[in-house]
Amino acid sequence: MSEQSESLIEIRGLDYSRGPRQIFRNLNVDIKRGQVTAIMGPSGTGKTTLLRLITRQILPDKGVILVGGQDIAQLNTRELYQIRRRFGMLFQNGALLTDLSVFENVAFPLREHTDLPNRLIRHIVLTKLHAVGLRGAAAMMPSQLSGGMARRVALARAMVMDPEILIYDEPFVGLDPISMGVIVRLVRRMNDALGITSIVVSHDVREISTVADCSYLISDGHVVASGSPDDLQKAQSEIVRQFMHGMADGPVPFHFSAPDYAEQLLGRDWS
Amino acid sequence: MKIIREIYFAFLGFFRTFGALQFFFLRLLAGTPLIVVSRPGLVIHQVYNAGALSLVIIMVSALFVGGVLGLQGYDSLSKFNAESSVGAVATLSLVKELGPVVTALLFAGRAGTALASEIGLMKATDQLAAMEMMAINPVNRVLVPRFLGGVISMPLLAAIFNVIGILGAYFVSVTLLGVDFGAFWEQMQLNVEPADIWEGIVKSIVFGVVASLLAVWEGYHAIPTAEGVGRATTRTVVATAIAVLILDFMITAIAI
Repeated sequence: MSEQSESLIEIRGLDYSRGPRQIFRNLNVDIKRGQVTAIMGPSGTGKTTLLRLITRQILPDKGVILVGGQDIAQLNTRELYQIRRRFGMLFQNGALLTDLSVFENVAFPLREHTDLPNRLIRHIVLTKLHAVGLRGAAAMMPSQLSGGMARRVALARAMVMDPEILIYDEPFVGLDPISMGVIVRLVRRMNDALGITSIVVSHDVREISTVADCSYLISDGHVVASGSPDDLQKAQSEIVRQFMHGMADGPVPFHFSAPDYAEQLLGRDWS
Repeated sequence: MKIIREIYFAFLGFFRTFGALQFFFLRLLAGTPLIVVSRPGLVIHQVYNAGALSLVIIMVSALFVGGVLGLQGYDSLSKFNAESSVGAVATLSLVKELGPVVTALLFAGRAGTALASEIGLMKATDQLAAMEMMAINPVNRVLVPRFLGGVISMPLLAAIFNVIGILGAYFVSVTLLGVDFGAFWEQMQLNVEPADIWEGIVKSIVFGVVASLLAVWEGYHAIPTAEGVGRATTRTVVATAIAVLILDFMITAIAI
């Protein structure tokens, strides 16, 4: 098996339920080293939950998640924190620490984990901020940033410890086209320039198709399609076609489960 | 039968939460040495947030509580021609009871709510999850300094409350109502024992631990929504007020 096709993260037979609702059943996913892997699916399919499972913020009911061959469910706290230092995660809303400036937010992991002198920390932070185009915003507070800028700062913070795996949770949501274009470019550039592995959770088909090497489409708790973005575009499966082409109705119904419309209007469902 | 079942489950829930609260307290204590030794700056910053920023409300309240004690003391004691004892009565009331109790209630309203809502919002905006993902323990980094900041601040605020309260009583009884200056201080010196002061100190330390513990507990366990954070903030004040008053009774009963 070549270095490029080696799986860095393997998910096997994963089951996870939240209350009475089963989110995943027998989910199998491979994240290849050095690639940008997209996890796609309609809203509410559990894409963010999957990221939380991969990073062991929650535990699966069944199945295993191997990161670099290690079953993360079996790690103790110290080992878990060791493995998390290999991850960088970009949260949907940025999750910047609101009482710290942009500079201090990016410097935060360095100050917490290393004894580097201030001069060196300053050098590293400015390098990372320069990479996301926000060196000039170093002194600003998170409340002064736009959504796109906050996400770029969060990206700089996520990569300040030079992680092996970068995880993006819905990085394109709510961004204007310019900011979206910037983030799309950064995802690809960071992956290639730093030689890392990226996992992008998104339902923005067009944007993600331009950067992903491999995509998984998850619906109804399991993988319904996987392959390159081109493969998914050409897929004949109804659910894949509905999602990839943004059709309002199909296997994923437009209407949420409800009683008969006429019966409800006539009030016969009232008891 | 249904009522009995509900009462049973309510009790069960209460004891479960109480047990979890004790484990949480132990977690905070376990993280304390590391933070005090390696990150004292974080604790000092929280002493400023919980203590220094509560000074205005504590001092203003103390002045008026002391003033009321001066008025009421003078009014009651003058019926027995004992108005010269107003200094002793006001001081004993402040040092043993009102100082620690009112400071704890004000602390819960000012610093406790600030702590709970800050931690709750950090949770709601994924800041705590982000720390977890950066391999930084949010209990040690966020909760322990805030808890210690509250614990250190409370006795200091109670001491300041006592001093300002005594000055308020002095101003009303001596300056406005004409109680003898020397009698005010002499009666205080004669009647206030070190044991009275120790009782107040013990109470303020216990209330500081309880008020800070409940604030960080409620914030950390808040449902991460606007409504959830609001509820956690309200619960902080209610739970602290009840706990402080119950503990006050218990400590007083032991001291007497």
